[in-house]
Formats: sequence, C-alpha cells, structure tokens
Amino acid sequence: MPIDVKMPQLGESVTEGTIGRWLKQPGEAIEEFEPLLEVTTDKVDTEVPATIKGMLSEILVPEGETVRVGTVIARLIEASEAASNSVAPALPVQAIASRAPISPVVARLANEYKLNLDDIQGSGGGGRVTKKDVEAFLAQRSSSATATPTVMSDGEAVLNPQAVVDPAAAPTLAPPVLAPTAPGYPESPPLQRQRVAVDAAIPERPTEVSGLGPDDELVPLTPMRRAIAQHMVHSKQTAPHVTTVMEVDLHRVVAHRARHRADFERQGVKLTFTAYFVEATVAALREVGIVNSSYAEGGIVQHHRIHVGVAVALPDGLIVPVIKDADDKSLLGLARAVNDLAQRARLRRLLPDEVQGGTFSITNHGVGGSLFAMPIINQPQAAILGVGAIEKRAVVVSENGMDALAIRPMCYLSLTLDHRVIDGATGDAFLTVAKRILENYSTAQL
Amino acid sequence: MEMTLLEAIRAGLDEAMAADERVFIFGEDVGKRGGVFRVTEGLADKYGEARVMDSPLAESIIVGASIGAACYGLRPVAEIQFADFIWPATNQIVSEAARMRYRSNGVWGCPMVIRAPYGGGIHGALYHSQSIEAFFAHVPGLKVVAPSTPYDAKALIKAAIADPDPVLFLEHKKAYRLIKGEVPEEAYEVPIGKAEVKRAGSDLTIITFGLMLHYALEAAEKLASSAGLQAEVVDLRTIRPLDTATILQSVRKTGKALIIHEDGLTGGIGGEIAALVAEHAFEYLDGPVMRLAGPDIPAMPFAASLEHEYLLSVDDILDKLQAIAAY
Repeated sequence: MPIDVKMPQLGESVTEGTIGRWLKQPGEAIEEFEPLLEVTTDKVDTEVPATIKGMLSEILVPEGETVRVGTVIARLIEASEAASNSVAPALPVQAIASRAPISPVVARLANEYKLNLDDIQGSGGGGRVTKKDVEAFLAQRSSSATATPTVMSDGEAVLNPQAVVDPAAAPTLAPPVLAPTAPGYPESPPLQRQRVAVDAAIPERPTEVSGLGPDDELVPLTPMRRAIAQHMVHSKQTAPHVTTVMEVDLHRVVAHRARHRADFERQGVKLTFTAYFVEATVAALREVGIVNSSYAEGGIVQHHRIHVGVAVALPDGLIVPVIKDADDKSLLGLARAVNDLAQRARLRRLLPDEVQGGTFSITNHGVGGSLFAMPIINQPQAAILGVGAIEKRAVVVSENGMDALAIRPMCYLSLTLDHRVIDGATGDAFLTVAKRILENYSTAQL
Repeated sequence: MEMTLLEAIRAGLDEAMAADERVFIFGEDVGKRGGVFRVTEGLADKYGEARVMDSPLAESIIVGASIGAACYGLRPVAEIQFADFIWPATNQIVSEAARMRYRSNGVWGCPMVIRAPYGGGIHGALYHSQSIEAFFAHVPGLKVVAPSTPYDAKALIKAAIADPDPVLFLEHKKAYRLIKGEVPEEAYEVPIGKAEVKRAGSDLTIITFGLMLHYALEAAEKLASSAGLQAEVVDLRTIRPLDTATILQSVRKTGKALIIHEDGLTGGIGGEIAALVAEHAFEYLDGPVMRLAGPDIPAMPFAASLEHEYLLSVDDILDKLQAIAAY
C-alpha cells in the first residue's frame, strides 16, 4: 500500500506551501527521517523528512506549485514492499533498472553538455556508456554542430536551452578540453551546481519580460526574492516612513564585551554586539511602549509582549527570525538566541513560527560598513531600528564642566517609524532610552 | 652507472657519511659483517667502527639510542635487520621519535632514519617477509619512504638523512639485487613526499610502490601490446605524506584507478588512497576504484608454493587491468 505524503502544516498560521524542490526522484530509496523535499512558505524554506523507510514511488505536485496544507503531494512505498515484486514499481524505477550504471564522470559530462545518454551507444560492460563514448560523441557533435546556426539573432531569449546546442559551448567540445585544468571544468562541487540549476528552474508565473535586450540576462526570481519584493513594496505603500538618527558612544559596551567575551565563550555563546542592541531595544520598548505596536483600521494595536526580530543576511536575500519574549532574557540569553537563530537561518533550518509574530525589528546593516541607513519597516510592525557600523571617532566629551577630545567607538542608530502610529518625538524618546542604556552599560546589568 | 637497488642505497649512505661526520649507522651486524644483506658492507672499514656501530639484539635500544643521539645533535641511521623485527621499537618510534617536535612545541626535532628491509619473495616465511608500511603510515610526525628504483633510492636515503624529522626508510628485500638501474655519477635530488609517473598513459591509472611497481610496469606493457590500452603508472615513492596532487591529477585524467600493494588488503594504504580518490576525484571517475593486495592471512606461509600464491604476480595485475578496462 502506498503511503500518502501530505503538505505539512509548517506553522500555526500557515495554510499553504510551495514545493521548493524534490530531494528524491521517483524510484529512489529513502530512509526514515531523510529529507524528502523542500517546502517554501512566504516565510521560510524548510525540509520535510520521510516518515518511513522505503522508496519514493510518485510525485504528484511539481516543483514551484503551491498547494493547501493537507494536499497529497507524493506517495511512498514501504521498504518491505519496495523490495518485493508484489507491488508494481512506478515507471521510472523500471527505466533506471534496465540501464547499465552511469559513472560519475559520465553523469557530470551529460549534465554539463546537456546530453541524453540514450543517444549514445555504450561500449562498456553491459552496454555502459563510458567516458570515452561521451568524448567521441561530443567530438562528433561539435564537428557537425558548427554547420548549423541554432539561435535566432533578434535577441529573443531562448527559453528551452535543451532544445538547442549552446553555440558558445560548441568550440569547446573537442576532446582536448577534457583535460582536468581546461576551462569549462568548474571545480565547484556538484551539489552546489545542482542547487543553482534547480533554483534557476523554479517556474516563473507567466509574466511579460520587457526591456530584455540582447546583452541582458533574465535571472528568474527565487521564492525568497519574490517574497522580499512583495513585502518591501507593500510596506512602503502602506506606511508613511520617517527616519530619525542618533549617535551613540559605545565605549562601555565595547569594554564590557571585551571583559565578558571569554566567560560567554565558556558557556558556548558568542557574545555579539547585536545582543547589546537587542537588550537596549527591549528597555526602550518597555519605556516607550507605543513603539511596540501595529496600526489597524480600528485603532492602534498595542503589544504587551516583546518579540524582537533580528534580520540575518543570506547569500540570496535576508530573513528575520524572531526572539520571542526578548524582555524575559538576560544578555546571555539574548546572545544565545541571536547565535542560534542566525546560525539556523543560514542553514535554512528555521521553522515558520520562528519568523512570525515579531513586534519590532532590528537590522544590523553596519556589519557591511554602512554608517547609517533608513530601513524599511517589517509590516505590520510600527518601527524598525537600524544599527550602523561601530567606528572609532574623535568626539568631544564633557566631564565636570570640562570639554575634552576623546577617541570613542561610535555608532549611529536610526529608527524608521510608521508615522501613522508614532510621531518623531516618540521615536526620539525611544532612541534616547536606547542611547542611555548603551552609553551607561555596566557589569551590574549582567 | 648501473647499480642494484642495494648498491644505490649503500652509495647514498656513503655520500651522506662523507659529507657530514654527524651521520652514523647503528644496527645488528652492520659493522664488520656489513649487515645481513651487506647494505653497509665496507662502510666500517672506511669510516671506522665508531660510525658504523654494531648494536645489541634489541630493537628498542637501536631506535631508543638513536633518538637520544638525534636529540644530542647527531644524525643516526638505524638499521632494523628485518622489518618484521621492528615491533619492540614501536613505542620509541611512535610515542617518542614521531612526537618529539610536537611535544616540544617545535623546539626539538628528531632527525633520524630507520632503515628496514621489508616484503616477501625470498622464502623468509613468517618472520622475514612482512610489509609494515600501513602501520607506520598512520603515525603523524613520521615520514615513510619506500623507493622502487636505484635512482630514487640513492637520492631518497640522502634526503631522509637530511630531513629534520624521523623517516622510516623501507627497502624491498627481493628488489635489493633483482632491480638494477642507471644512477648518475653527478649529484641530483629526489624530494620526500613527491610521487612520480613512471609510465604515462591515458586509459587507467595504477598507483603502487616498491617491488609491485616493477610488476605493474610489466603488466602495463603487456596490456598495451595485447589490448592497445595505456596504463599510467604512478610510483608513490613516499607513503607518508602521500603526494595527493600527483595521484589525483592522474586519476582525473584517466577516470579509473587501481591501487596495488603487497601488504594485506584490509586497512592497507590502498584504502586511504581509494578514499582520497573517491573524495576528491569523484566526478572524474569512470569506474570503481579498485585495490589489488595481499590476502588477509596472518603471515607469509612457509611453503614455496603457498608463498608464490600469496604474492601478487604480473599476471594477477594484468587480469585486474583487463577487468577495469572492460568496465
């Protein structure tokens, strides 16, 4: 009996999910708990493991398609049945079984040159297609390919590259290229390349692409890129953004961090500046409570729990995991939470619920050297804090009525607020609290 | 000038002793007798018994005293009469010599050479036939060198003596007088840690060393004349550290690899090389990585017929090559 795989409920408020990519193909064996597919919601990408040991028999929903939670998306066959012949295996299994093994080098060449191995006569054991067979085939193809032009010259994008021989590749098909150091032999590991290829293959919703000239390339939107685009446009169109900036002297924080870093390290926690900024934010949100709110047509929704989102940059975008009840946590707890969420964000191991429910967000744009920025609000929150780069600057300090020049680690904090909810003065009050906490940071606060 | 493998090693020792008076030889019967294989013959007469010293029949002393001398500033060349006898000195080699630099934070080195004749084929049976490279190739801090040709042997024994850290120098005893080759009169060098392609080919790669290198070269010639296929033969020369660049370059070119050693299959150095190839040349492989090695039995048998059965032959290698080529 085949076992249905259903689109899982990945979070309390998640009602549908998109098939990101299938990690197994029909006919492939799978272990219990081994990842079967990646599901993309509008919040996160996550892997869905197999519930049994056996074989993937059928894929019912292709990559890129969005279905409601509970929809049957694939079927598995249990190991005992997969092994016996009583269950007729799905077609691809027979196809695989009837073919002689494909060696790694042949698989790679077939992928790189978009070859259909059925077109090549195998000379190896059991009719296996050998590396030499592929080389001979490529040599033959390159000599015949030069005769026929294959791409239209009017600049129209060729949407099905498999259908034509890539003219750029043709001159490099001759066997000498198959030396290990020759161009066209990327050294990157195969998985990574496969990943790129799959990402690029995420089906586009039908759109007109205008302005694509002959020298331009259409880079398809990844689900994350699409989600970011939607969220940013939505936020800018929804809330009137106002940004206010203050400068903070971090010499006490820097000293505190230097003193306690090793302690934290011993407890398995990397003490980042972000933890201090979250702590200062929590204090400011407590004191200026209206910043911790959302605008709604019926009124302003004031949140009494403080859930702080911290933006994490990823290679292809960014994600904002949320530290729930951040006001319950010590500096150690905050640092631990920041470490954990950032690390899992980069590994794409966040759960949808972990990127939802934030009441305020922080973006640490300073890590890239940016001094100050005007971030876009993470809807439906009322404000977002931008943290700039920490730089040593010569500043005037006053003590006991005396002015003096000092070198201090300085940082700009910028608060972008939803002017429907908060006025500039409220924003300044928020920043003033954060500034006070950071500038007077002491061990007593541990 | 043509020399046997044995003569080339003696010539290398001679040159090293002439060049540096800190170099001395220490081992069982190495002095007047010139060693049981006569590798050190004539050296005691030339350099005196203080520099070619007979040791007690105790390998732990041969290596232990050499470690002390090396730390004191001398350049000992210890001889273990048969590699099979090395085990009483294992503690000195593994726990002391190999770790000296590490445990002294780089302050102390242990510049010594341990020569050991290994391998079967001379009717030596259980106690005079072992291959020991796999045990010692596992030890960080120790270099393991095993030359196959007179040319390489002369240069590598000099390189081993010049090395600032301990080197185990393995000499195949059947190859001692069987293998002859040209050795230049003038000075030349072969570095430790560098393999050499002894025969170029495009169809498959053989990775081996020692006596098996010569068998592999012979089998490769037979394959070329019978099937028109060209096997590339890589001579490791050094077993630790492995020259991974040369190994991988060859396998990436040919797509097929056969690793051959006389030592038993399980846990042999062939497994390490196969893993390297699988890890770093996977996408270039056009067939399974194969090993051809001695049987997993406790030791070399006494009976000549069984010894013959134990040792790999040119025909065994040729059979395997044909199977890999046909894959």
